[in-house]
Amino acid sequence: MPTKPEKDAITGTEIRSHEWDGIQEMDNPLPRWWLYVFYASILISIIYMVLYPAIPGITGYTKGILGYTERHALEADLVAHRESQAGFFDRIAAATPAEIREDADLLNFALAGGKSAFADNCAPCHAAGGAGRAGFPNLADDDWLWGGSLDAIQTTLLHGIRWDQDDDTRVSEMPRFLADEILTTEQIADVTQYVLAFVNRADDPAAAARGAPIYAEQCGVCHGAKGEGNQELGSPRLSNDIWQYGGTADLVAAQIGNPQHGVMPSWSGRLDESTIKMLTVYVHSLGGGQ
Amino acid sequence: MFIKHEKIEKNVGLMMVLTLIVVAIGGIVEIVPLYTIQSTIEKVQGMRPYSPLELVGRNIYIREGCYTCHSQQIRPFRDEVERYGHYSIAAESMYDHPFQWGSKRTGPDLARVGGKYSNEWHVAHMVDPRAVVPESIMPSYAFMLDRPIRTDDIADHLRANQIVGVPYTDEMVENALADLLAQANPDADTDGLMQRYPKAVVAAFDGDPSNVTEMDALIAYLQMLGTLVDFSQYRADDLRQ
Repeated sequence: MPTKPEKDAITGTEIRSHEWDGIQEMDNPLPRWWLYVFYASILISIIYMVLYPAIPGITGYTKGILGYTERHALEADLVAHRESQAGFFDRIAAATPAEIREDADLLNFALAGGKSAFADNCAPCHAAGGAGRAGFPNLADDDWLWGGSLDAIQTTLLHGIRWDQDDDTRVSEMPRFLADEILTTEQIADVTQYVLAFVNRADDPAAAARGAPIYAEQCGVCHGAKGEGNQELGSPRLSNDIWQYGGTADLVAAQIGNPQHGVMPSWSGRLDESTIKMLTVYVHSLGGGQ
Repeated sequence: MFIKHEKIEKNVGLMMVLTLIVVAIGGIVEIVPLYTIQSTIEKVQGMRPYSPLELVGRNIYIREGCYTCHSQQIRPFRDEVERYGHYSIAAESMYDHPFQWGSKRTGPDLARVGGKYSNEWHVAHMVDPRAVVPESIMPSYAFMLDRPIRTDDIADHLRANQIVGVPYTDEMVENALADLLAQANPDADTDGLMQRYPKAVVAAFDGDPSNVTEMDALIAYLQMLGTLVDFSQYRADDLRQ
């Protein structure tokens, strides 16, 4: 091992004392620019630690002289964003949905806001544009279970349907005619034919005739003598051939025997009142608003 | 500089001492805050341990690796708060062993999914995600409808959590099985359950009250996520540790 450092013949750089298979390493210094960036980053980290929360301790952490916290920054961000919307939210908060519809500017804003809130919160069940899917009502037609006026839509949004956690939720329950042995399977088949006769799809007139008195006694109170439904009770109209759980004889009979009931969450805790008003106006505008 | 690198590299004893010092600094910075964890958890009302059925659902959530695609942590940014709701706080996962914050969102954040959809929607979604969310790439979990949950070891699950500091009382452990069955049965007497686990959602989650399936348990867990703390009574300054 050489005691004195060797120098590379061409560059004059010192050569490190180790050697593997004739390969030796030159002792080049780090590039200057790199070194300065390194020192600068050390300096910046010290400045950062002075300004921002940084070092954990036993009972807390250093807060930094700027007093920055992400949570306060968020609050300021939310306020700034609201203000940037030129008071639209304040005007919506002060207006009823009907008043929003009167004001072209406000309506425009509410429809845009309602659309984006709908896409996130409502579309998973009611599908894009409120087209609905089996078990989840279509909001773009003029068939309404609980009413399609602005007030009715707003109430539904605020309190949901059959949502136990909300005391003001809309509730109605159809009896389980077969499961609770109110009617027999044959009687239900007859009523099914009678109900299908409303939309001219009964294939057994005799059964439909037998079903008429059963319908009048058991179903007419809620669904109406001619199957016109009752939005006060959330009873679906049966005479428009729109079926939430299927319109074949089998599926109608199944629904009479052991009915499924739709559930909608109450949104009053999750969305603020202005958002609910925007959604009300948006849903009302989808095609079936009354 | 003060010590030539060559000197450290050629002196094993010195290298060990210096390495130890560097590792010790890193260790102190990471470990010391753990001893002060009590002071990093916000003091809020409403947090309670998971009900037995929710706990089973949580175990299924972990077993199925839901955390690989779904986070449970809403960060304090405007876009997240406006979409998902109030940002998550430490107190909300203090009874989680392990916590489910996650680090990747292929699907949406679930920290506040509780109460956002109906049970029927959750079942439809688990059975065939594309039927309700056309653009979803989530796998189907329809098999959970046919798998009854294991109930004989539920008290042990509560006891294990008790050991790591979750405040399950002995009364809760004693009633674990009864509470589990009551939560999945809308006709059951739920007074004890609701008193031990306020805000617990009781339902035949999968639509069939006759047995308790993995679907029941998982949906019971999803329906309580993020619902325990009432944030309308807190502002940022109240959420101090």
